[in-house]
Amino acid sequence: MLRLSRLTRFILISIVGFILLFMYTPLFVLILNSFNESQISGWPIENFSTKWWIFAKDYQPIRDALLNSVLVASGAMVIASILGTLFAFAMKSFDFFGKSTVNILIVLPIALPGIVTGVAFSNTYSNFLSPAGINLGYFGMIVAHATFCIVMVFNNVFARLRRMNPSLQEASADLGAGLWQTFRLVTFPQFRTSFAAGALLAFALSFDEVVVTIFTAPPGIDTLPLWILKEVGRPNQASVVNVVATVVILLSLIPVYVSQRLARAQEEER
Amino acid sequence: MMTETISKQSRPLSSFLLRRAKVRLFSLLALPMTWIVGVYIVSLFLLLITAFWNVDPFTSRVSPGFNLDNFELVLTVPAYIATSIRTLLIALTVTLICILFAVPLGIYMAKIAKPWVRNLLAVAITLPLWAGYLVKIIAMRLVFTEEGFFNWAMAPFGIRGPGFSVPIVILTLTYLWFPYMALPVYTAIRQIPPNLFDASSDMGAKGFTTVNRVVFPLIVPAVIAGSVFTFSLSLGDYLAARFTGGATQMIGSIIAQNINLNPPVAAAYSMIPILFIVIYLMVARRTGSLERM
Repeated sequence: MLRLSRLTRFILISIVGFILLFMYTPLFVLILNSFNESQISGWPIENFSTKWWIFAKDYQPIRDALLNSVLVASGAMVIASILGTLFAFAMKSFDFFGKSTVNILIVLPIALPGIVTGVAFSNTYSNFLSPAGINLGYFGMIVAHATFCIVMVFNNVFARLRRMNPSLQEASADLGAGLWQTFRLVTFPQFRTSFAAGALLAFALSFDEVVVTIFTAPPGIDTLPLWILKEVGRPNQASVVNVVATVVILLSLIPVYVSQRLARAQEEER
Repeated sequence: MMTETISKQSRPLSSFLLRRAKVRLFSLLALPMTWIVGVYIVSLFLLLITAFWNVDPFTSRVSPGFNLDNFELVLTVPAYIATSIRTLLIALTVTLICILFAVPLGIYMAKIAKPWVRNLLAVAITLPLWAGYLVKIIAMRLVFTEEGFFNWAMAPFGIRGPGFSVPIVILTLTYLWFPYMALPVYTAIRQIPPNLFDASSDMGAKGFTTVNRVVFPLIVPAVIAGSVFTFSLSLGDYLAARFTGGATQMIGSIIAQNINLNPPVAAAYSMIPILFIVIYLMVARRTGSLERM
């Protein structure tokens, strides 16, 4: 074991405490401010009230933005799930020339800064497709999101496929099942939990994304993060932004929780 | 033999595919590769091409051509050079701070904390990753604003925060990306066999010497892997600077300002962060730690 003096131990614990304080104080300040009665956020909070929560509940722009976020994230999730799974199967079952390049290509959309990805899409849409008479509009945003979500599904499915026993598929083929039948009855049930976890993480990633969205959202369309972005830019930062931000924190915990549960279920399946 | 004849008769496509690995590989890769290359790589390539174009001063529309004006602009205008250097220094500082905090945290979690504390800390470090990028920037803004939490909490000590400026941008970026460093470093420290510590202390090394001479060399690959994230994510960011930096500009700020006014300049300037990241990856690769990522 690592033996440390009392003093070193104390210093270590202080550093850990400081890190936790640093990571959680801002979130608590934000959440508490969503109950701030005043229009302008600040500290200390003088009067608590749920007035901004009630206001946000029926505020149409927030509802529209939430709907857009869910639509975009769902679209991106569906596309990324299909493409990521196909990639995972190809990378797991075959050794081929350029395999490491393909690996880089999958990671690239998330490895390059969001601004580069966003500007690249925006440039293609407005300087190349638009002059050619093609306006992707809403779908352009989904295309961009799907592209950087692929890696989420790929990582999850690939990790599971690597641990799977290939003789089950061979047995299925020996017994006369076709490829699709084998996939449906033998392969898919084995990796469906990782598939679902990957899809959920893709949804969460898209739901949270803002930089690429800024450059690919059609005019007048807001996702939830875009709506927050516009409101924060205004001089009187209304406390209603803090309500929406708190909701985003709570919502983003759902996929993480569910994917954790799925991972545990997968452990038990084995 | 029997089964094969059956499957051949009833499932011509399946048995055809089963025998031809190349066709199977192709049919798996066709769709996702078309997407990634056709949508993304082509877009990056078009961005590079646009960097050589011009904006017509009269119609203010982008017009195709070939000139190096935009690159010259990006590489010679003092404000652009200063922004590139500032962004680079911010990204490096963020990375350094992340390392300085991730190592003691990792040592505590992996080697000192009781199992339940360790698990709790692992969750506590991971959760903020998903709490929403923009949400975290707003949260930092609330803490460091003039009438904010920091100035309130520090008032009894007579300390006032610097207001929205470069140091707060660095703090915000550290806040955003710290888990990307903390998690691999913690995992690496956990994998160090305990008898190495025994050996080190048997030979008379004190705790600090052990950390310095035993732990650190073993976790360098994890630190580099984490730094690729903290560095490249900080380098491309501009919303942290916009909301917690006051007048601070980063590379992303200038790209974002230009994308509608002058797309070719934005395109040329986008090559700077790509260049920095490629150089960083090459340096990281020389240390041989990327293979183990």
